[in-house]
Amino acid sequence: MSRLLHAITLSVAVSFAAFAVAPAQAKDSLAIGFTLEPPHLDPTAGAAAAIDEIVYANLFEGLTRIDQNGVVQPQLATSWDISGDGLTYTFHLKDGVTFHDGTAFDASDVVFSLDRARADDSVNAQKPLFAAIDKVVAVDPKTVRIALSRPEGALLFNLGWGDAVIVAPESATTNKTDPVGTGPFRFVHWAKGDRVELEAVSKDQPIQKVAFRFIPDPSAQVAALKAGDIDAVANLNAPEAVLAFQADANFEVAIGSTEGETILAMNNARAPLNDIRVRRAISHAIDRQAIIEGAMFGFGTPIGTHFAPHSPAYVDLVATYPHDPAKAMALLKEAGAENLKLTLKLPPPAYARRGGEVVAAQLKEAGIDVEIIPVEWAQWLEQVFRGTDYDLTIVSHTEPMDIGIYARDKYYFNYDSPELKAVMEKLNATSDPDARTKLLGEAQEIVTHDAVAVYMFQLARLGVWRKGLKGMWHNAPVQATDITGVRWE
Amino acid sequence: MLAFLARRSLVLLATLFAASLAIFLVLEVLPGDPALLILGLEARDDTLAALRSQMGLDRPAPERYLAWIGGLLAGSSGISHTYSVPVFELIGARLAVTVPLAAIALVLSTVLAVPLGMLAATRRGRMGDYGVMGFSQVGMAIPNFWFAILSILLFAVTLRWFPASGFPGWQAGAGAALWALVLPAFSLALPEAAILARVTRASVLETLGADYVRTARAKGLGERRILWGHVLRNALIPMTTILGLQFAFLVAGSIVVEAVFALPGLGRLIFQAVSQRDLVVVRDVVLLLVAVVVVVNFAVDIAYAMIDPRARRAA
Repeated sequence: MSRLLHAITLSVAVSFAAFAVAPAQAKDSLAIGFTLEPPHLDPTAGAAAAIDEIVYANLFEGLTRIDQNGVVQPQLATSWDISGDGLTYTFHLKDGVTFHDGTAFDASDVVFSLDRARADDSVNAQKPLFAAIDKVVAVDPKTVRIALSRPEGALLFNLGWGDAVIVAPESATTNKTDPVGTGPFRFVHWAKGDRVELEAVSKDQPIQKVAFRFIPDPSAQVAALKAGDIDAVANLNAPEAVLAFQADANFEVAIGSTEGETILAMNNARAPLNDIRVRRAISHAIDRQAIIEGAMFGFGTPIGTHFAPHSPAYVDLVATYPHDPAKAMALLKEAGAENLKLTLKLPPPAYARRGGEVVAAQLKEAGIDVEIIPVEWAQWLEQVFRGTDYDLTIVSHTEPMDIGIYARDKYYFNYDSPELKAVMEKLNATSDPDARTKLLGEAQEIVTHDAVAVYMFQLARLGVWRKGLKGMWHNAPVQATDITGVRWE
Repeated sequence: MLAFLARRSLVLLATLFAASLAIFLVLEVLPGDPALLILGLEARDDTLAALRSQMGLDRPAPERYLAWIGGLLAGSSGISHTYSVPVFELIGARLAVTVPLAAIALVLSTVLAVPLGMLAATRRGRMGDYGVMGFSQVGMAIPNFWFAILSILLFAVTLRWFPASGFPGWQAGAGAALWALVLPAFSLALPEAAILARVTRASVLETLGADYVRTARAKGLGERRILWGHVLRNALIPMTTILGLQFAFLVAGSIVVEAVFALPGLGRLIFQAVSQRDLVVVRDVVLLLVAVVVVVNFAVDIAYAMIDPRARRAA
């Protein structure tokens, strides 16, 4: 009896062991783990990065796309002409493209998609991307002309965002649950709470089946990788586990960069933070490297301004406010802000909650008392972002090339600089790359000089995948997991 | 018995109505704008207003409450703000994970705990008793998520017998689906079994000292018949109470274990819905959980009445 039982358990165990490791051995399927499940799958109707992480470039395509180095590449538009005054863009569209439901792609779909994103009742989360567009016209089925009301130097980049993908009028309303795009992968199934499955449209695609698995707990992600349930995690939420994977011969670890400038934001309108000396004092009180070590296990790049260090236009301003508690105290004294008490509101991500503890300890050294208030994202958006009811907060600004937020009225920094606004206006009217780089450099120097926020570090992207998987993105210039070039070797 | 059932049903309905009102009011004052959460940092005021009116958030509160209750009574649910599918559909899919998981855990804990508790009671003060009580202490002291992580490391990562996380869905076959629930069910069952074993032991010990047991022994009945025929039935009342509480807890309280095993269950749904301010989902799930607790208590009351005829008259 006991021998029989043993035989049964063993055979069951063996058959399931085979089942469990099967995905890793099949050479044309892939399972990728993610922390967050997207609310829906329509990138034109929500800001959640988890949507783009699945559908960008894989399922939906735009006129242009952004590659893993952050460079604009042609996609549904194979080429374009720009008029001399920078106000008219003519796009030549790719031939023979169809949507996954079989309907043909042509210029009318482009007009429909861009008009829909710009419409009064649009729920596009990045509507400002299209602000400069005055009119979109289908010249013929393969040509689209976009007329601008003012020059927009970043138009080609903006059209590469997930929020600017081209959808068909037939399927636009159902894309949230049944997305239909033009990309190399089509939607198969969404087991809510567990996975989204895509399959390749063409048999030539090296990966035929992809499962995007949602595993919220970081240690569960690590276990799922080690057990072979999943092949890759594009951005591991557990920096503490990365060292173990680096030591494991079965896995490859890629430490890339993101567009996430992690900053200690200050309410520039609230006394005494409206005094530049106090903001500079806080900047001097912060030790970036200690925060990166303490909160991120050493993963992250120190920054001195609101710009990604891997960008060609980045200006290294890290040395502007070196860590110097004595100087911080002197500045506070000069400003008459001794015995300063401030609140620090922290949203849920680990960089904020862990980083906030370190920041509070460092500010204490400079004589500033900090009260930590943990908040949920919903509260953070309402209280800090919309209501600007805060002293200090930590957040990562993950939108690419977003230094323009400092020139906006009523943004949550409550920072108002005519000088910066002039630079950003000039930038919008400039399409020459060298001139743009110079203007972006000026903008970086202005925000650092004014110490609008403490620029702490650029978030790292910690990719971990099974050895033999090639073509995964190391960097994340846009929020995407582009698997169109991924293959097993 | 009929009057008893009718009275109990009325109380049940009144409780649910009061709960629905409380849930609605709490969600009304909860900070956080769902539209803002969906659209994020770059959202403009006109875009937010467009989305709010699309979601029906611009209508007055009493109107929304009546629409909710009216919909429930008519058997239709709202549409989830985030997932854009009917809430009942979402809940149904999650219950297909949570209910089997809770049921397996409950059966496991009963099968483990009742014989162990009886063994400890009959061997009071001897090795068997100390063994069972030791197991119970450890079982109660170990947090279930920690036990879950250990079992993943051993059975999924090292031995690779079970998947480390996730749920393939029932369409992948009952075998694969049940297999994915084994480790989570054990993690849930262990602390429950530890508590139940203790209660069983105490309750059996108490009954063993009763007069009628002495009478039965004096009549010359065998120990086994005394134990299973007389003692167990009389010891069942406190055990049923605990079992009822545990089932309600297993349905509502498996959030942590579901997170560790990445199971798409009800606990994770409500956790996600709260953080995304998907209030349409939150209110339905919370009401469902209230209903589960109330109905389980109702069932426990009926079970008392079946076990002990005196309870029928007393109620």
